[in-house]
Amino acid sequence: MRFDSVIIGGGLAGLTAGISLQQGGRSTAIVSTGQNALHFFSGCFESLQEPPQRLLDLFAGAGIRVHYEEGVRLMPLGTFRPAALALEDIDLLPAPCFAGKVLVVGFSGFQDFFPGFLADGLAKQGMACRTVQLELPELEKIRLSPSEVRSVQVARTLDRSWGRVVREVVRLLEDEDAVVLPQVFGLQDASVLKYIREGIPARVVFAGTLPPSVPGIRTQMLLKRRYEELGGTFLGGDEVVSAHVHEGVVHSVATRNLDSHRLEAGSFLLASGAYFSKGLTANPFGITEPVFGLDVEQAADRGDWYDPDFAADQPYLQFGVRTDAALHALRDGRPLANLYAIGSILGATRPEFGSGAGLAVRSAFAAVDQILKENAL
Amino acid sequence: MNTQEFDVIIIGGGITGAGTQRDCAMRGLRTLLIERSDIATGATGRNHGLLHSGARYAVNDPESAAECIRENKILRQIAAQCVEPTDGLFITLPEDDLGYQKTFVEACRRAGIDAEVIDPALARRLEPSVNADLIGAVRVPDGSVDPFRLCAANMLDAKLHGGQVRLQTEVTGFIREGDAIRGVHTRNVRTGQEEDFYAPVTVNACGIWGQRIASLAGVSIGMFPSKGALLIFAHRINNMVINRCRKPANADILVPGETVCVIGTTSTRIPFEECDRVAATPEEVDLLISEGAKLSPALASTRILRAYAGVRPLVSADDDPSGRNISRGIVCLDHEGRDGLKGFITITGGKLMTYRLMAEMATDAVCRKLGVDKRCATATTPLPALIEPSNGKGALICECENVTAGKIAQALDRLEVSTLTDLRRRTRVGMGTCQGGLCACRAADLLAQANGCVERERADLADFMQERWKGNYPIGWGDMLREAEYTQWVYKHVLGL
Repeated sequence: MRFDSVIIGGGLAGLTAGISLQQGGRSTAIVSTGQNALHFFSGCFESLQEPPQRLLDLFAGAGIRVHYEEGVRLMPLGTFRPAALALEDIDLLPAPCFAGKVLVVGFSGFQDFFPGFLADGLAKQGMACRTVQLELPELEKIRLSPSEVRSVQVARTLDRSWGRVVREVVRLLEDEDAVVLPQVFGLQDASVLKYIREGIPARVVFAGTLPPSVPGIRTQMLLKRRYEELGGTFLGGDEVVSAHVHEGVVHSVATRNLDSHRLEAGSFLLASGAYFSKGLTANPFGITEPVFGLDVEQAADRGDWYDPDFAADQPYLQFGVRTDAALHALRDGRPLANLYAIGSILGATRPEFGSGAGLAVRSAFAAVDQILKENAL
Repeated sequence: MNTQEFDVIIIGGGITGAGTQRDCAMRGLRTLLIERSDIATGATGRNHGLLHSGARYAVNDPESAAECIRENKILRQIAAQCVEPTDGLFITLPEDDLGYQKTFVEACRRAGIDAEVIDPALARRLEPSVNADLIGAVRVPDGSVDPFRLCAANMLDAKLHGGQVRLQTEVTGFIREGDAIRGVHTRNVRTGQEEDFYAPVTVNACGIWGQRIASLAGVSIGMFPSKGALLIFAHRINNMVINRCRKPANADILVPGETVCVIGTTSTRIPFEECDRVAATPEEVDLLISEGAKLSPALASTRILRAYAGVRPLVSADDDPSGRNISRGIVCLDHEGRDGLKGFITITGGKLMTYRLMAEMATDAVCRKLGVDKRCATATTPLPALIEPSNGKGALICECENVTAGKIAQALDRLEVSTLTDLRRRTRVGMGTCQGGLCACRAADLLAQANGCVERERADLADFMQERWKGNYPIGWGDMLREAEYTQWVYKHVLGL
């Protein structure tokens, strides 16, 4: 099978590149193992203080609403962080004190949301707080199996019965002018968020839960849908196991499922993530990139990979695949002419692209521009 | 009655202190146990969790071996909920001297240990994970024991017999009356509150820290801090304990426990000042993996969960630099006869396996001083269950170790919990594959509700994650590093801790 470009990795970087290349008239395929960092997305682009119009356009095309406003966001344990660009799930508040009185609503049996921590944090900002636990009959069924009372299962159930949550909250509301709810709404369709905000006569703020992230999963689903609408080939549940490289040029890759049908392309984008996604693998003697054997910027001595302080910036998270100015990945010190590394596999080796979601999007756009320029149709 | 007055004060919340309090309480004494941090924080919680048959000591230390096998049989009866009777193998590898096996078996039999030479082929069938190259095997009645549960069960039983416990409380000095100790000055390490407690007898059961407590009382004990490093693996690859049949050396015991297994240990003399902050070094980690793989080759490719180290409370006897040839025997000192100091007893040396016997010896000494004539019944009285199974319900807090909200509520209710780390020692929350990545904040939420202070719990959660990381980074590669990246992301960017 031959494509103009093959993208390894279906997270934010891979999908951003795929959509942009399809829009640029290229044929592409994405090979994705399935789970990626979008499933743990906080919903906020921390390192993007200026919203690139391209990102807004790309998300708008996929039906993802983001908003840009300098402010703060409420964190799941009741603290606040500065934020500017975020998914619509995330409220960008002008100041940490956003109401006079707040009702914090949890769901009985759902342990991945922390009303006690939230109420304490809000009280510190001078807001009077009351917490309630809703007993929702809709959640009874999943509660029978306690390991299933997690954000996605709750969201799946509430997608059908969010109306009851609204009615219950309205009934419980006394003189509070704000309500905090967990981010477990609108797994399939974010319009639910709007209906909830309209249905409750108080300011509604959604606060995060433990992963998986419901806004993140919805974002991934919408980006993938958009990519396929544009004609992209999404090979889900598959994994690139080897590559054929000759004289500094990548000719094809082989995947676990496609057996002898190699994927050939003019260019390849490596968006396979860092350690968790197995874009980088660590053994006691070093950190390697498993598909192409690329050069990985790292400390030679294992003792220097970690900071004993959990809260410190960890050195191993700075390590990443080496690239040239145009994001061509290096192997044995030399760039592979048609292989681009994007997203978190870069670690902190390219600080100009930021980190996290910002790094994913910016490096993807930069590589796409290179490809479109180097291989003009 | 002044509630600050007791018959006996026990200093140290490890297994020896908890066992001594139980024994004293069962003999009708009014007891107070004082511990400066939490239960099982020293050597009690930092070992293999091996229910020794005594075979390991049979050749070099027959007295310890005989004590071990007697206590082994007793623990199977009184602490069945903490013990897994797995049996153990002592294997001879091609590079070992097969002649040692005969010496070993004879020594075991003299000590009363049922040691049976079996065919290597049978050993491979009994324990498929064993190194297939073995040339000899001996089967012994080893097993595994959960030291956290054992310690908590002793403390709970002492409480059920009227005992009182002060955790997070440090002994700052002794109350003296002429040549007698009459009580202790204490300070709560959290609140700073100072309190005095009185008793005609005080027992020093502080493990390696006993030296410091003794010097506070004005007497001197020469302790020998010997560090041992261990690795805990994320999977249980062996069903039986696997030992090397040779003179005790590094990394020659592999112990299964619940869903994991533990390889250890090393023996390094360390300066006394380092006892409070021992950790496994990269060299020790590499040695444990390479030596461990000789017992069971699958170890080399099994995910490691944590590296940790403990300090053996050995009492100095000679100039052996490794500490390996020092007797692991029990040392019970009545300082009245030894130093002319009345009302003060030190119980140390020994090991997890012989804690009950140590407690019996210390309690006998206490009773002699108090003129109490009541016999020890701990060898025949089963320990209570920590968590009632009927209450183990509710939402699942820790998937890895199957800890429910009900279990946590019960631990909070009756097992003296003030931090997440305390809760971990009593319920195993955060001990599994995710190392707290998912469960720690759920448990923190329950703890905050119970103690009514969210601010303190936020700090406690950060401390807990730091404590988990301490044991994770020395083995930070492969899946451990994947988990670590995930945990970093969740706590820093998603939760915003």
